[in-house]
Amino acid sequence: MEKATNTVDPAEVAKFEAMAAEWWDPNGKFRPLHMLNPCRLDYITGQIAAQFGRDLKAPRPFEGLRILDIGCGGGLLSEPMARLGAEVTGADAAERNIPVARLHAEQSGLGIDYRHTTAEAIAAAGESYDVVLNMEVIEHVADPQGFATTCHDLLKPGGLMICSTLNRNAKSYLMAIIGAEHVMRWLPRGTHDWTRFITPDELYVLIRTAGLDPVDRKGMVFNPVSWRWSLSDRDLSVNYVTASIRR
Amino acid sequence: MTQETDVIIAGGGLNGPALALALAQAGLSVTVVDAAPPRARAAEDFDGRAYALASASQKLLAAIGLWPGLAGQAQPLNDVKAADGHAGEGPAPFFLHFDSGEMDHGPVGYMLEDRFLYRAFLEAMQDHPRIRLVSDNAVTAQEPGPGRIRVTLSDGQSLSAKLLVGADGRRSGVAARAGITRSGWDYGQVALVAAIAHEKPHHGIAHQFFMPTGPLAILPLPGNRSSIVWSETAANAAAIAALDDADFLAVLRPRFGDFLGAISLAGPRFSYPLNLTLANAYAAPRVALVGDAAHGVHPIAGQGLNLGLRDVAALAETVVEAMRRGEDIGALDVLERYQGWRRFDSTALALGMDSVNRLFSNDNPLLRLGRDLGMGLVQAVPGLRRGFARQAAGLAGPLPRLLQGRAL
Repeated sequence: MEKATNTVDPAEVAKFEAMAAEWWDPNGKFRPLHMLNPCRLDYITGQIAAQFGRDLKAPRPFEGLRILDIGCGGGLLSEPMARLGAEVTGADAAERNIPVARLHAEQSGLGIDYRHTTAEAIAAAGESYDVVLNMEVIEHVADPQGFATTCHDLLKPGGLMICSTLNRNAKSYLMAIIGAEHVMRWLPRGTHDWTRFITPDELYVLIRTAGLDPVDRKGMVFNPVSWRWSLSDRDLSVNYVTASIRR
Repeated sequence: MTQETDVIIAGGGLNGPALALALAQAGLSVTVVDAAPPRARAAEDFDGRAYALASASQKLLAAIGLWPGLAGQAQPLNDVKAADGHAGEGPAPFFLHFDSGEMDHGPVGYMLEDRFLYRAFLEAMQDHPRIRLVSDNAVTAQEPGPGRIRVTLSDGQSLSAKLLVGADGRRSGVAARAGITRSGWDYGQVALVAAIAHEKPHHGIAHQFFMPTGPLAILPLPGNRSSIVWSETAANAAAIAALDDADFLAVLRPRFGDFLGAISLAGPRFSYPLNLTLANAYAAPRVALVGDAAHGVHPIAGQGLNLGLRDVAALAETVVEAMRRGEDIGALDVLERYQGWRRFDSTALALGMDSVNRLFSNDNPLLRLGRDLGMGLVQAVPGLRRGFARQAAGLAGPLPRLLQGRAL
């Protein structure tokens, strides 16, 4: 890994390294993420289309956009962005994810620049992007404010950051820790540390302090009857996602 | 050399072309592999085959741009009338529901002859730059892999796609090669189908009569013609099918009645054994099934077509939505969304679970025709049925956009 000061917590990285091999099995260990993915992608694609005036019905609508996927894992978000025509960099601090992601992209016929590196290292190298995806990452970093500021630095002016995380309240403890890790066993125990969850208002403060303007936020809600995730205007009580723009 | 395309559709009947058009219009490249030799674009003589299109099916044809060319050839179904010819019968296997509450807005459906419908599909496919039609060829091997599925055709050519769709009928080779098993049974009944010319106009009204040996449906075609669907026990049907045309008409006349005046045959006669074959899954890695390949009911009056077009609409919408959010359209989790959307509905229809059906499917009594035509109603115990209904509340999902007449 490149030398740079970073906000990555080594213990958190190790947990995900242990899970990396099963990234692409929709019914495997990462089933919860595969289930959440259409909902996340609907939000991401909709916000990118709105900010950059793209038509999602057109072929390769994200042609010409540079997108950075932080904490890319096996490439569950990087691949869709590349399929939509974007030039994608996937960064992950967990080394084992990178060959997994590279192999899968190659099998899918997609060219994605996967790197074992950190957001801080990329920012230090002076690279900039139209879009930074920061999905289910900020609750795992040691210094959320520093991380948000790095994301700002990675964006071109007018660039878009999509950031999702988990709210911190009694319900999110019940759903994300007790429900997802202990009862449903969707996630290995210890995947999440509830004390690192961030309320939407706290996140807006982090985002503004970093020099970004929040423009939208939505809840991501799991419906146990349809067994699907969907976006919600009102219910941000557990999982939620935000869009913000660099001034 | 391997030809690359987004989607390969095995089956060039009606569901295959409908799906090809829906996907191509949304930007995907599609290869349709048809086992039949190339067919002529010109409409041949009427061969007696016709479909009773539910209004949702007609809306799909409108959404993919075919309806303007077909409207003039379609016979609107203005009303469906049931008459109890004979008392003392058990539950009729073929029961045309008529629900006046559903008849408020225009025709309940349309009768359309196969020759016009197929020609419209063929012309639209041949005119579309993203559709390639490979006739006189069948899929003989398929090999799903990461990213793509490789397909070999009977003439040896090799194709590769992100998704292979089996629209190849009730003995679907695509399903068998994907390891998808089937369930089903025979009803011991046969439907006799023929086109009848009659003296007096039918006014767009469909009729059904209950006869001691089985029900008879009379479905109006353009002009003074109707399509009949006549269900009999297998033994009776075999005897009737063996009669010459004059004797056939002689046996039919007392059942048909004289309300349409003198009758004569207007095309060849067909016999269809009534059986059911259900695929135990509609999706496998890089494989999806539609139409009879997923759930073979029977070809009478094209009711299988109404069910099949629902699959087409749901699969097209699932795949196009996945494509627009950048997903891999052949990934199992994407295809399982299609399966989850369709399987309960079509199984419920196929098994004739009336309560489930009323709650979740039908915008049109014609659709239920398919369920009831000779199927023998499977009447589950009430408690079980209620349980299914509750479960279905979360599984049936919304009506696909194409069936509402909206483009993808």
